[in-house]
Amino acid sequence: MESLRNRVAIAGIGETEYSRASGRSETRLALEAILHALDDAGLRREDVDGLMRWSVDTSSEAEIASNLGVRDLAWFGEVNQAGNVGAALVAHAAAAIATGLAHCIVIYRGVNGRSGRRYGRGEVTGRRGQGAAAFTEPFGLLTPQHQLAMVARSRMHEFGTTSRQFGWVAVSEREHANRNPRAMFYDTPLTIDDHQSSRFVVDPFHLYDCCLETDGGGALVLVSAERARGLRKPPALIRAAAQAGHGERGFVDTAAVSLAPRLWAQAEVAPDEIDVAQIYDHFAPYVIFALEDYGFVARGEGGPFVEAGGIRWDGGVLPVNTSGGHLSEAYLQGMNQLIESVRQVRGESTSQVEDVQLSFCDTGIGTGAVILERDR
Amino acid sequence: MSARPGFPLPVPSEDSAPFWEYLRQGELRVQRCLVCTAFAHPPRLMCPNCGSFDREWVPVSGRGTVYSYVVTRQAIHPSFEGHTPYATVVVELAEGPLLTSNLVDVPVDEVRVGLPVMVALVTAGDEVTLPLFRRM
Ligand SMILES: [Zn+2]
Repeated sequence: MESLRNRVAIAGIGETEYSRASGRSETRLALEAILHALDDAGLRREDVDGLMRWSVDTSSEAEIASNLGVRDLAWFGEVNQAGNVGAALVAHAAAAIATGLAHCIVIYRGVNGRSGRRYGRGEVTGRRGQGAAAFTEPFGLLTPQHQLAMVARSRMHEFGTTSRQFGWVAVSEREHANRNPRAMFYDTPLTIDDHQSSRFVVDPFHLYDCCLETDGGGALVLVSAERARGLRKPPALIRAAAQAGHGERGFVDTAAVSLAPRLWAQAEVAPDEIDVAQIYDHFAPYVIFALEDYGFVARGEGGPFVEAGGIRWDGGVLPVNTSGGHLSEAYLQGMNQLIESVRQVRGESTSQVEDVQLSFCDTGIGTGAVILERDR
Repeated sequence: MSARPGFPLPVPSEDSAPFWEYLRQGELRVQRCLVCTAFAHPPRLMCPNCGSFDREWVPVSGRGTVYSYVVTRQAIHPSFEGHTPYATVVVELAEGPLLTSNLVDVPVDEVRVGLPVMVALVTAGDEVTLPLFRRM
């Protein structure tokens, strides 16, 4: 079977400003981001024949299409999980373009994640005691944060990872945000002592282990690699894109345990060939867990790796979350990180890594990942 | 742990109803496969191990140890105001299954991985009994 490798590209990226109160609707934010992304690619509204979105969002494909003036929506859909589906959407869209089912697919979102429905309160993901939540929510395990903290405690116990090491993730990312004027925490330094002395939210998570809450929009435009080469910006070729859903895994295993072997095989590259990585940091510890479960480092070595500066733009072996990530740039659940991974391939990041060939983006600690490649 | 601040009560489903009904009758039972004897919790319609629909509900000892825990210290939702801190634990039953629960008699700062515990059935409303745990 023919592989997906480098047949499709991300040709355009767009975003709105990131804020705590956008003052406009989620659909409006999505539309603004889409226009920016189309302009970035040098494409027009009438070129769009596909729309894809996060299932948890409010702006339907039909609503976007009718505003955008799409004449023939040949491909639309969503991936149904939570915030962690960005890379899965890229995989679905890329597969559709590679097989000719659509030619120009926009992946979009607009969220009032701070002024509107707030993930951190369980307002998006709460299930009111139904289904499997009957066995967790009655005991006060109500938000994604609770579930993730439970696994984090277990990994601390099993692999010796420390809260201070979590803190070095937050500090490293804040350094990157302080180089990025778009970041919500631009011009706001953070020290390891600030992290350690910040209050616990859900222990073992300190305040600065937790991501931001953000209002904003983002969009990606995907077309064939061939078409992308004739557009405004250098293409970010999709070397590999894959997703992983629910599976029978060990308590401490992230989905990356399932995804990693498939992803690396699809990409035909090894973790040490990756030049820069964006990793879904809803909570700082999960950067460490992802580094371990994707195989960038061995289990138990992720903490010491970040403590030694391994993920810093300035001198790190593998710079991670170079825009500031979800902790310090914005929390658009993977969208802003997909955008940053494209910037790294183009050479447009505010914390640009030199000579990037392969740019890695995880959008859910193993629920999905994309490896982008610079055109040669 | 008598107050249950804003926590939803369990809504039994087709596959989980017997779990809650046995609790109401004063018994902790866990679903097990009649064919391959694998436990499944939360319960399923079909055995994820062997594919059988033939399930049974077996009484368990109620003994276990704390496998992991979190302490909610900040009221991250308005309905928690005045009810933090509270600990949520995952208990590994002696028979193997993991249950999410609360401890009835352990201050949050004394919760530890490995703490031996025993089930304590606590009613929450007229219709529901929850499997909580106490220190052994
Ligand atoms: Zn079975």
